[in-house]
Amino acid sequence: MGKAFDVMDHTADIGIVAYGNDLVTLFSNAAAGMLSLISKSGGHVYDVTRTISLEAEDNETLLIEWLNELLYIIYTEKLVLHGFDIVIDEGRLTAECAGQKLKQGGLVITREIKAATYHDLEITYKEGIYSAKIIFDI
Amino acid sequence: MAWQGEIRRIDDYRWEIPQDYKSGMKVPGLVYADSAMLDKIREEQSLEQVANVAFLPGIVGRSLAMPDIHWGYGFPIGGVAAMRVSDGVVSPGGVGYDINCGVRLLRTNLGEDEVRPKIQELINHLFNNVPSGLGSEGKIRIGQKEMDEVLASGAEWAVKKGYGTRQDLEVTEEQGCMKMADPGRVSERAKKRGMPQLGSLGSGNHFLEVQAVRRIYDRTAAAAMGITREGQVLMLIHTGSRGLGHQVCDDYLRIMGAAVRKYEIALPDRQLACAPVQSEEGRDYLAAMACAANYAWANRLCIAHWVRESFTNIFGKSVDEIGLEQVYDVAHNIAKIEEHSVDGKTLRLCVHRKGATRAFPAGRRGVPDRYSSIGQPVLIPGDMGRCSFIAVGTEKALQETFGSTCHGAGRLQSRGAARRGMRGSDVAHELAAKGIYVRTDDLESLAEEASYAYKDVAGVVGIAQGAGISRKIAMTEPLGVIKG
Repeated sequence: MGKAFDVMDHTADIGIVAYGNDLVTLFSNAAAGMLSLISKSGGHVYDVTRTISLEAEDNETLLIEWLNELLYIIYTEKLVLHGFDIVIDEGRLTAECAGQKLKQGGLVITREIKAATYHDLEITYKEGIYSAKIIFDI
Repeated sequence: MAWQGEIRRIDDYRWEIPQDYKSGMKVPGLVYADSAMLDKIREEQSLEQVANVAFLPGIVGRSLAMPDIHWGYGFPIGGVAAMRVSDGVVSPGGVGYDINCGVRLLRTNLGEDEVRPKIQELINHLFNNVPSGLGSEGKIRIGQKEMDEVLASGAEWAVKKGYGTRQDLEVTEEQGCMKMADPGRVSERAKKRGMPQLGSLGSGNHFLEVQAVRRIYDRTAAAAMGITREGQVLMLIHTGSRGLGHQVCDDYLRIMGAAVRKYEIALPDRQLACAPVQSEEGRDYLAAMACAANYAWANRLCIAHWVRESFTNIFGKSVDEIGLEQVYDVAHNIAKIEEHSVDGKTLRLCVHRKGATRAFPAGRRGVPDRYSSIGQPVLIPGDMGRCSFIAVGTEKALQETFGSTCHGAGRLQSRGAARRGMRGSDVAHELAAKGIYVRTDDLESLAEEASYAYKDVAGVVGIAQGAGISRKIAMTEPLGVIKG
C-alpha cells in the first residue's frame, strides 16, 4: 500500500494531497488527511455510527462535499467520524461511518477548518494512482 | 514557485497586469505595492489570481489588489472587484468563507500608565468573559426564531437585547444591518452551525487586543474619533460570522457551481463560481450573505458588551467614566451594491471586498455623520507583536478602488512554515519581553500568528498612503492580546 496523503503549505491556508488506487481509497485517505490537520489522539474508537449519502455532478464536487459533511458533523454534533466503508457509484456516495465524540479518549480538535475549498481542485489518475490536491480554509 | 507573469510599473505604488496577459481577461489588473513588496508578492501565485478575477463577467475598471495581497483560494486575499449589477456576477469566493470578518474599535479615557499595571488581570478577565478558541460557543442561547431575528436585523438585535447602544450602531458600517438580508435564503444547516456560536471569538487569526496609541498623524481627525493623546488605551475586536458564514459560503458555492453551467460562464478556477447578480441564484446569495454579515455585526457587538463589562470590573468605574465608546466597525470580507462613477457614468455595482476595507471619503453617503468631515475610519490591524493603524478613506480611493484600501498586514509565511520557525511558547515569551501579555487556549498555534509570519503592516499602510487610497490618522501598539 502506498502513502495515504501528504500535507502541504499554502500561504493563507493549508492543504493536502491525498492518494488512492481507487476512488474509495482516495476519499477515505482525503478524510484521514483532513482529520490529521484538525485533531489528535483519535482514531481508535468506533462506538458511534452514521450513514452519509451524497450526490454530485462530478467526483471533485463529491469529494469536497464529503469532506465538508464530515466537518459539519464535527461542528454540529461534536462527533469525529474516522472509520469508513464507502461506496461510490456514478456521482453517488454512500458511506457507513464510525467514530467517537470529541473529548472521548482524549480526542481533541487542534485546528478549526472552515471548509474544504474547490481551489485548484482536480482528481488525477496516473500510473494506477488517483490523487487530489485539496486546500482548506482555516 | 515564483510568479513569472507580466506586470508593468505605472508609478512607485501601482503596477498593472495587462489585459492581454491571459486570454479571457475582461479588464487589466492593478496591484498596489512598492518594488520591494512586489518582489515578495511574486514569490507566490496571488497575482495569477488577480488575473483570474478579471475573467468574471461584468467586471469594470480593474481587478484590484491591495498592498496586503496574498494567495487565497479563487480570489486573492486583498482583492477588490466591482461588477455591473445590470449584467455582471456576484461570486461567494469574492467574499470568502468568513463573511463580514471585520474589526471593531473601542476607545477609552484610560492611559497606558493606568492599564499596564493591570494588564494581566484585564486580559485574564477578558479571556474568561469572552468565549474564544477552537470551536468556541457563545454564552448566548437562542432558538430558531430568534436566530432569524439576528440574521434579519444584525446589530439592532443586539441593541434590543441590551448588548449595545444606538450610538454603537451609528458608527458601524451599514449601521450593523444590511437590509437585503432574508433568513429564508439561509439553509437550516447554516443556522444550526451558527446558533450555538453567537457571541464567540473563534480561533485562527481572530483576536482581542488592548492597545495604546503611539503616534497621532492628524490630531483633528483623531479627535473626531475620540483619540486625543499618545498613551491613550484602545480596544480592538477582530472576528466574523463564525460557522454560519462558513456554511453559507459552502452552500452557495455548490449552487453557484451549477449556475456557472446554467449561464455558461467560463472560469479559470472553480472557486470563482458565480451567478449573475440579477439571477435567482445571485439574489439568493446576496440575501444569505447579508444575513451572515448581520450575524457578524451582532457577534462583534455582543463581544464589545463583555469587553465593556471586563473594563468596568477591573477598573471599578462605569462605562461612561471609562469612556468606552465605539470608534467604528468595518467589514473586510463582503460584497455590497454601491453606486460609483466609472468613465464619467454612474453605475450600480456589486463591489466585492475580500480582505479589503471600504474607505469612503468625507462627505460620501454611507459615512456616519460624526465622520462626515474627515472620512470613514479604516481600521487596519497588524500582527500581535508590532502595531496597528487607524486611517480614513479618501477621494482617490473612491476614484481608483471603488472606495477601498488594505485590511491588515497580509501573511508572508504559511502556517506550517511559521510553526517550524518557533514554538508557540517561545513566541509568548518573546512578546512578554516586549511588554505584551498574551493569552490563548491554543499555545501551539500561537506561532502561526507570530510577527515573522506577516508582512510589516507599517509598510502596507505606507503604500496605501503613498498611493493615496487611505490616509493614516494614528498608530497603536499592543499591550495585551487574546488570540482565539
